[in-house]
Amino acid sequence: MKAGWEVVIGLEVHAQLATRSKIFSGASTAYGAEPNSQACLVDLGYPGVLPVLNKEVVHMATMFGLAVNATVAPRSVFARKNYFYPDLPKGYQISQFELPIVEHGELFIADADGKEKRIGITRAHLEEDAGKSIHEGLDQSSGIDLNRAGTPLLEIVSEPDLRSAKEAVSYMRKIHTIVRYLGISDGNMQEGSFRCDANVSMRPVGQDELGTRSELKNLNSFRFVERAINYEIERQIELLEDGGEVVQETRLYDSDKDETRSMRSKEESNDYRYFPDPDLLPVEISAEYIESVRQQLPELPSAKQQRFVEEYGLKSDDADLLTGSRALADFFEAAASATEAKAQLVANWVIGDLSAALNRDGMDIVDAEVSATELAGLLTRIHDNTISGKIAKQVFEAMWDGEGSADAIIEAKGLKQITDTSAIEAVVDAVIAANPGQVAEYRAGKDKLIGFFVGQVMQATKGQANPGQVNQILKDKLSG
Amino acid sequence: MSDTSQELHAQSMTELADGLDAGEFTSVDVTRSLLDRIGELDAKLNALVTVTAHEALAAASRADQARAAGNGGPLNGLPIIHKDIFCTRGVKTTCGSRMLNNFISPYDATVVEKLADAGAVVLGKANMDEFAMGSSNETSYFGPVRNPWDLECSPGGSSGGSAAAVAARLAPAATGTDTGGSIRQPAALTGTVGIKPTYGRVSRYGMIAFASSLDQAGVITRTAEDAARLLGVMAGFDERDSTSIDRPVPDYSGAINEPVKGLRVGIVRQHFDEGLDPQCGIRVKEAIAALESLGATAVEVDLPNLDLSVPTYYVVAPAECSSNLSRFDGVRFGHRAENAEDLLDLYCRSRGEGFGDEVKRRIMTGTYVLSAGYYDAYYLKAQQVRHLIADDFKKAFSDVDVIAGPTAPSPAFRLGEKIDDPITMYLNDIYTIGANLAGLPGMSVPCGFVDDLPVGLHLVGAHFAEETLLRFAHQYQQHTDWHKRCPEMFK
Repeated sequence: MKAGWEVVIGLEVHAQLATRSKIFSGASTAYGAEPNSQACLVDLGYPGVLPVLNKEVVHMATMFGLAVNATVAPRSVFARKNYFYPDLPKGYQISQFELPIVEHGELFIADADGKEKRIGITRAHLEEDAGKSIHEGLDQSSGIDLNRAGTPLLEIVSEPDLRSAKEAVSYMRKIHTIVRYLGISDGNMQEGSFRCDANVSMRPVGQDELGTRSELKNLNSFRFVERAINYEIERQIELLEDGGEVVQETRLYDSDKDETRSMRSKEESNDYRYFPDPDLLPVEISAEYIESVRQQLPELPSAKQQRFVEEYGLKSDDADLLTGSRALADFFEAAASATEAKAQLVANWVIGDLSAALNRDGMDIVDAEVSATELAGLLTRIHDNTISGKIAKQVFEAMWDGEGSADAIIEAKGLKQITDTSAIEAVVDAVIAANPGQVAEYRAGKDKLIGFFVGQVMQATKGQANPGQVNQILKDKLSG
Repeated sequence: MSDTSQELHAQSMTELADGLDAGEFTSVDVTRSLLDRIGELDAKLNALVTVTAHEALAAASRADQARAAGNGGPLNGLPIIHKDIFCTRGVKTTCGSRMLNNFISPYDATVVEKLADAGAVVLGKANMDEFAMGSSNETSYFGPVRNPWDLECSPGGSSGGSAAAVAARLAPAATGTDTGGSIRQPAALTGTVGIKPTYGRVSRYGMIAFASSLDQAGVITRTAEDAARLLGVMAGFDERDSTSIDRPVPDYSGAINEPVKGLRVGIVRQHFDEGLDPQCGIRVKEAIAALESLGATAVEVDLPNLDLSVPTYYVVAPAECSSNLSRFDGVRFGHRAENAEDLLDLYCRSRGEGFGDEVKRRIMTGTYVLSAGYYDAYYLKAQQVRHLIADDFKKAFSDVDVIAGPTAPSPAFRLGEKIDDPITMYLNDIYTIGANLAGLPGMSVPCGFVDDLPVGLHLVGAHFAEETLLRFAHQYQQHTDWHKRCPEMFK
């Protein structure tokens, strides 16, 4: 960012709640069905129908509130947000306005210097999603798919505490991790179950007063959030430095062109005429209920991260990566508990080779070709010196390809490490004899050549010689 | 067919039930007789929008078979008419509007379902003020309903078709809905019994919403006894309506036989101020005297904020209606303007063509009072006043069992007389609106005539005091015969 300017960002994250039925009707929320096959009379806004609150969403919102150290309101109220649009069947969206279910939360991210930074969560409220207008493939007309209408959303609004696109992305990732840990959202961004709007404004460094903001709509990937905000920062700075003014407006990010463009200005915006929905009673939550939800909360990412550092002695960054998803953390713990190998070694493998293989094959951790116990079996063989780390990579690939357990592969391929000193000495002698020039150089003080000799020995033993022993024997013989 | 058939239409529901039980006639007899009567006489009244003759005869025949087999619900084979605000599966449900002139409901309202399950036979759907907005039945897209007591007069509204049909003996009972007096005022103006239960007592599911926090379903009958019988079937918790209340339904039919001796009747002095037609005032005072002669004690009570009820109502009800009626946009059902140029044009013309003047007036009023900058001054203020009014009633009911007074300020007025003056029209509900704002049960009972037009006695009770209202009304009807009088041309 150009010197002299500070960006102020607040995010509104929309997390689709993972209920089976909709927030106010019994229709299914499953994704990808035939258009309008999952919209009942309530979703269609038929005359005379009434909404009935799905209690599961209250439970989920309560979990979220507790997870971000927020106040869960003893009484919250659904309101109607009135506007006309074809994908909004009732002509109003049921949302929470003045009295949301969650308020005053917080979470912590790392800032640019790696220091912990608190980001306030103003509120999180429950609301229903709208349907979808379809323009493609229809001649001269538009279609409406109301399958998504009435899908439960938790809208999570941050304080304007974020100071860069990177911080915004870390915050969004944190929220993403939390909702998936809690099991309250699948967080699937391709399907639109997790998306956000970003409010972005600029001000000169040192100024307290906030600048005029624009709202970037419907950012449905972490990459787009970062790019859209950065584009917007550049755009606003350019505008301000040219003596112009930022207009308060809603802008849409076009990922193809990597730019934002105006959707509607404040003057054109609707007066939503919010008022409490008389069809729904206020949501009342007792202290006992909140306490019972608290008892059932799973261990949260930050607590797990800390525990991984303390209990397993992991590097903080590694613990961070491992706790990025509950499934990955579970995999690590399962593997670590099944082997004598050091936990850091297990962590290195889960973050390294295992994650690489998953990425390469586009797989999720739960579908990994090598299970936690199978991986543990492999790591045990590194730990007890049966194989070297290098050979282990080869064994791992074979395991991934379904060739069997680590022991079976080591056995079948004869990969067992050579630890017999006399056998290694024989190879070392041969290497020394075959490379008199290098030997002379080494003895003249070119210590680095030790790597060359180790390489020669390992090549000759197909990598199976114990590297520690090879090193020791080489040094002894070369200095002799 | 039994030889008593020509008098079937004159019988109350309870009398018909007894006759069916005794085998004096069949449900098909009753149904056919009333359908004939509707065919013959409704042209004078315009009380029905749809007659479901075929379905009614089939239902009657099923009821007769059930009865023969020793089965059948508490209303088995008994005829009823539904206000056209209740969704009825496979049958046109218009809500008195051009907007829904083509709307065939794909489902039954809870009230419709419950009455059908109890064996009731639906003769048709009653005319009404458009979307229940009106006090004269003149806002209906299908034309005004005429008062059986004087065809030049309004039957009141919005449940005018239901009231006229029951008064003219086209059916012994009809469902209605009451948002500000829409059951009780037409009952008063047609000499019938009308009860609006406590808010939440009857499910609103499938009842097309006007003002959700005020709307409540009820019935119009000729006797309190019939009202008790029907209410017993209609009332009860419905999980499809979050505002319905989970509370056991009492035995209304049993409760009405208790005497009113020792109960206290509250009289509100302001009810008898200059707004009330003096002759009506005399009839109402006579009725209260009759209650005293039955052993009740009349005492004065104060409702200090009563004069605020009409203005409060005309903020709250339009606000809710402006939002409730947004779904009528021409996109999924209902009237759709032809050849719309774009989306905005489709909305504007579909709604412009589909809604009548009174509905538009209320949508605009409601939109205004909810607008940014006006919300606090109007909507929020009205909600505060609403609490004051509810508190007044609460205080009053700590002293009395029922509040009695006039239902409407005058007997039936002439069609066309008030339709161009909304404020005068709105004042017709001045005595009834308070019960809606406070969510209380209210009832109108015929209590005499002024110039050959009926007058209604209005009874309001505490929350869930329907039994008390029905008991007063029934005991009163045991000692009076106003409800037995039939308009001359419908005898």
